[in-house]
Amino acid sequence: MTERLRALREQSVSIQPYLSAERALLVTEASRVSGVHSAPVARAMIFAHVLEHKAICINDGELIVGERGPAPRATPTYPEICCHSMQDLEILHTRPKIPYAVSEEVRAAYRDTLIPFWRGRTIREKLFTEMTPAWHAAYEAGIFTEFMEQRAPGHTVLDKKIYHRGMLETIREIDRTIAGLDFLGDPSAYAKQEELRGMRIAAAAVIRYAERHAEVLEAHAAACTDPVRKQEMTHVAAVCRRVPAHAPATFHEALQMYWFIHLGVVTELNPWDSFNPGRLDQHLLPFYLAETQQGTLTDDAARELLGCLWVKFSNQPAPPKVGVTAAESATYTDFANINCGGLRTDGSDGVNEVTYLVLDVIDEMRLVQPSSNIQVSRKNPDAFIKRALHIIRKGWGQPSIFNADTVIEEMLRQGKSIEDARDGGTSGCVETGAFGKESYILTGYFNFPKVFEITLHGGVDPRTGAMIGAPTGDPRTFTTMDELVAAYRTQLRHFIDIKLRGNNVIERLYAVYVPTPFLSILIDDCIARGKDYADGGARYNTNYIQGVGIGTLADCFAAISAHVFGDRSVSMDELLASLTDDFAGHDRLRGLLLNRSPKYGNDDERADAFMREGFEIFYDAVNGRPNTKGGVYRIQMLPTTCHVYFGSVTGALPDGRRAGVPLSEGISPVQGADRNGPTAVLRSAAKMDHVRTGGTLLNQKFTPELVEGEKGIDHLTRLVRSYFTMGGHHIQFNIVDAATLRRAQEHPAEHRDLIVRVAGYSDYFCDLGKALQDEIIERTEHQSF
Amino acid sequence: MTTGTIFNIMRFAVNDGPGIRTTVFLKGCPLACTWCHNPEGLHPAMEVAYRPDRCAHCGACIEACPEHALADAPEGVERAVDLCVSCGTCAGACVTDARELMGREITVAELMKEVLKDRVFYDESGGGVTFSGGEPLLQYDFLTGALAACRKADVHTAVETTGFTSWERLSALIPFTRLFLYDLKVMDAERHRQFTGVSNLRILENLRALAATRAPVTVRVPLVPGVNDDEENIRAVARFVADLGTVPPVHLLPFHAGASGKYHALGMAYAMEDLRSPSQERVQSLASIFTAHGIAVHIGG
Repeated sequence: MTERLRALREQSVSIQPYLSAERALLVTEASRVSGVHSAPVARAMIFAHVLEHKAICINDGELIVGERGPAPRATPTYPEICCHSMQDLEILHTRPKIPYAVSEEVRAAYRDTLIPFWRGRTIREKLFTEMTPAWHAAYEAGIFTEFMEQRAPGHTVLDKKIYHRGMLETIREIDRTIAGLDFLGDPSAYAKQEELRGMRIAAAAVIRYAERHAEVLEAHAAACTDPVRKQEMTHVAAVCRRVPAHAPATFHEALQMYWFIHLGVVTELNPWDSFNPGRLDQHLLPFYLAETQQGTLTDDAARELLGCLWVKFSNQPAPPKVGVTAAESATYTDFANINCGGLRTDGSDGVNEVTYLVLDVIDEMRLVQPSSNIQVSRKNPDAFIKRALHIIRKGWGQPSIFNADTVIEEMLRQGKSIEDARDGGTSGCVETGAFGKESYILTGYFNFPKVFEITLHGGVDPRTGAMIGAPTGDPRTFTTMDELVAAYRTQLRHFIDIKLRGNNVIERLYAVYVPTPFLSILIDDCIARGKDYADGGARYNTNYIQGVGIGTLADCFAAISAHVFGDRSVSMDELLASLTDDFAGHDRLRGLLLNRSPKYGNDDERADAFMREGFEIFYDAVNGRPNTKGGVYRIQMLPTTCHVYFGSVTGALPDGRRAGVPLSEGISPVQGADRNGPTAVLRSAAKMDHVRTGGTLLNQKFTPELVEGEKGIDHLTRLVRSYFTMGGHHIQFNIVDAATLRRAQEHPAEHRDLIVRVAGYSDYFCDLGKALQDEIIERTEHQSF
Repeated sequence: MTTGTIFNIMRFAVNDGPGIRTTVFLKGCPLACTWCHNPEGLHPAMEVAYRPDRCAHCGACIEACPEHALADAPEGVERAVDLCVSCGTCAGACVTDARELMGREITVAELMKEVLKDRVFYDESGGGVTFSGGEPLLQYDFLTGALAACRKADVHTAVETTGFTSWERLSALIPFTRLFLYDLKVMDAERHRQFTGVSNLRILENLRALAATRAPVTVRVPLVPGVNDDEENIRAVARFVADLGTVPPVHLLPFHAGASGKYHALGMAYAMEDLRSPSQERVQSLASIFTAHGIAVHIGG
């Protein structure tokens, strides 16, 4: 790592994130301006006001400039969506994990200006007012979450267009589109004109924002006594004069182009998750090839510039939450997830020289933000996977691994063109999207085991005693497994309908009240359609619901099938009583459920068949149902950290799980339930039809020893290829450290799936004697990668 | 249908031959190596293992035992060895996995169904199925049946053997076996008998004959401190291997005390309780002896 990157990285990771009221105050100021403006124009004017007046920050030594807040790690807020209360600020300031410092000045701004102005005007308040009592009941019971209660719909990623078209050209396109509007034949002509006018204002605002950076850089350069830095700042100023007004001509300009666009998107609103450059290695390759040929760029220089961009992502913590989630939410990560590898638009191998540079930078910078992934196609070389696995083996969780061929197949199934599919990838955690052309909105996590629990109680939530579900009857009267499955299907459909009804209202709130003209410029075909990103302007408009706890659900079904309706060793009455008692006094029954029942993740059809059943029920309830933007709903199987919250509201379950314990995560088996090793887990997980989702998440745990040496890398490569041959969407390897092993030693029941390499063979850690465990812990600690 | 008795099917075995494999452990062994790390593979018959740390003292096993061989005791459940017939009823009644029946009868067809589950991994990695033990040749009919079924299914096969069998039987495996993992422990006949219970005469003869057929062989040498890790023995192994017609590669498997828990669970004494693994330097220095004899040597499986 160069000295410059070391210093910038150090600055980024050492500053405690803190709240900035700058954006909130500027937005408030602009919102007071009177006049009759359509929503897109008003939003664009607010956006322009912020970019014209926000502080310009130039950090020592940086080559890529621009911060979302006034300085690194200063985090802006979005009061038009949700306004923090004084109590929220206090929680953020004092919570032990992931705190945001809140200064006296910021508190004063909230107390005196922001809270008085925004009370009663936020989208969050409007949203909760518009929801039905049934929605509130299900939401409070923890059946589902709602992504848009504090963040704007986002979830999109850029394609290559910004590297070929500057904002001036975009403005000309907007003007041509306005000139071509048919006011005689098209009843939406005026609405389109307003949206396009908003886009035009927003495009010009970002050019101006870059110019302001150039002005400050030029002034700094003039005053700078260090000739090297003086020259650098002059150069960076010239870059800012060129982009984003014009298309970039160099590698450096391409990165700065992206960064100004990124800042525009995350300043306009706080779109959920993930805005990022997408297939960065594809976008940068033409610049890299041209410049290395001319001799104006070396690999070292390219890596340093990429490193400067990495620091920029790291400088922007996620906007903090409000309300109850403020106390629970525990991440600074904003889920920007950069893709590399995959296929080119023409279907050929997309791994190139820049791919390996990007992997070098991921390795060297070792930052939580941006996140990164590799898109692995059968056409990509093994060397690509192996380079990534060498990084993964270091045990800090990046990059994750995706099956590019399945990702593309998912998009083709959804009706996307093959070119758009190949130019797409995955973002956020594992979400598939057509980059630059799709609005793919995550609308909320959905708690399968809670729905199952309510099914066992005939529609009543046992935690509150409230009847919130469908009246599916007393399961003690059921005589077959089919009756139970049918009741669950009815119950799930009931709650999905409640969720979808809410979503279709929430979606309109954003489309009507807070359109995003700047983001709309970037996503095809918003300009051509004269429609906002939030209102169906994108070429593809997909809404997703994220299913959580499929492993827990499968095990619940399997246990009941085996013992209640199978060998009839347990009556439903007895089972329900043990759940009510959280298994207190039912040790033997719990042992039977835990250790003598089929479990998903062991390549055991008796459990895996129920995983598929649960999947199909969810799929049938959601897939293809219309949203309000001309698109449809589809499913994903990912939890982020929601399986913990969902577990906390779910009582004891028939798989032997006690009340309050986290649910299974992603499509991974229940923690500790898989006892047949990684190939069995992958086989079980691949029994799901991944192609019919927009993303699934599978985590695998290994100790460093199991993956040591070239042989270890080879085996992991083969595991990945095998899983992808079976159609798996994503896999992530967690290489566990000594601390985890120690916890496993203390709490073996929760870590029974942990595999360690002993000496020439592998075994389950918890099956080993204490002395040997100690030795492995010791060895793991002394392992140096 | 041919049936066999196995005590484990281990998937994702990556140290028993090339690629990602499934290792099938056949129960029963004619040797009794003092360091054996699979004590549950020694006896051909079923056995019940007991792990007191998992025992909930619920009494279910005591109640279930048809022979009345079990009784509660302060340190766990006590078994009257003379009464127990290892039927496994107690293990069936145990819900905490404290009692476990070691060994299960399986037909070749059932076994194939299990091992073919991981075919995609074999195909992708150049892996396959390894038959280990115990000594797999002890269940000769079952082994040959399973090997033939693997060949029919086009699955790569490896057999890990002590070599303590008749040449007739060993040579009959050659057409079905893509790789022999052949254990060589101690070269001195008397010491071999002392530590394994049998003479090494047949083992050495069989290896000579096997190598002469050009069947693919990997020689595996456990390195057990104080038993066979003296330079004299290792030199003798190297000389013997170097003299074989086609010189097979050698894998050195340093001793590890990982089996202690299993001995305790089976109520068996373990002679190697306090034995430490050989140091890395020691293993490297022994490996260099093979290199000096022009033998490809690899540490680990």
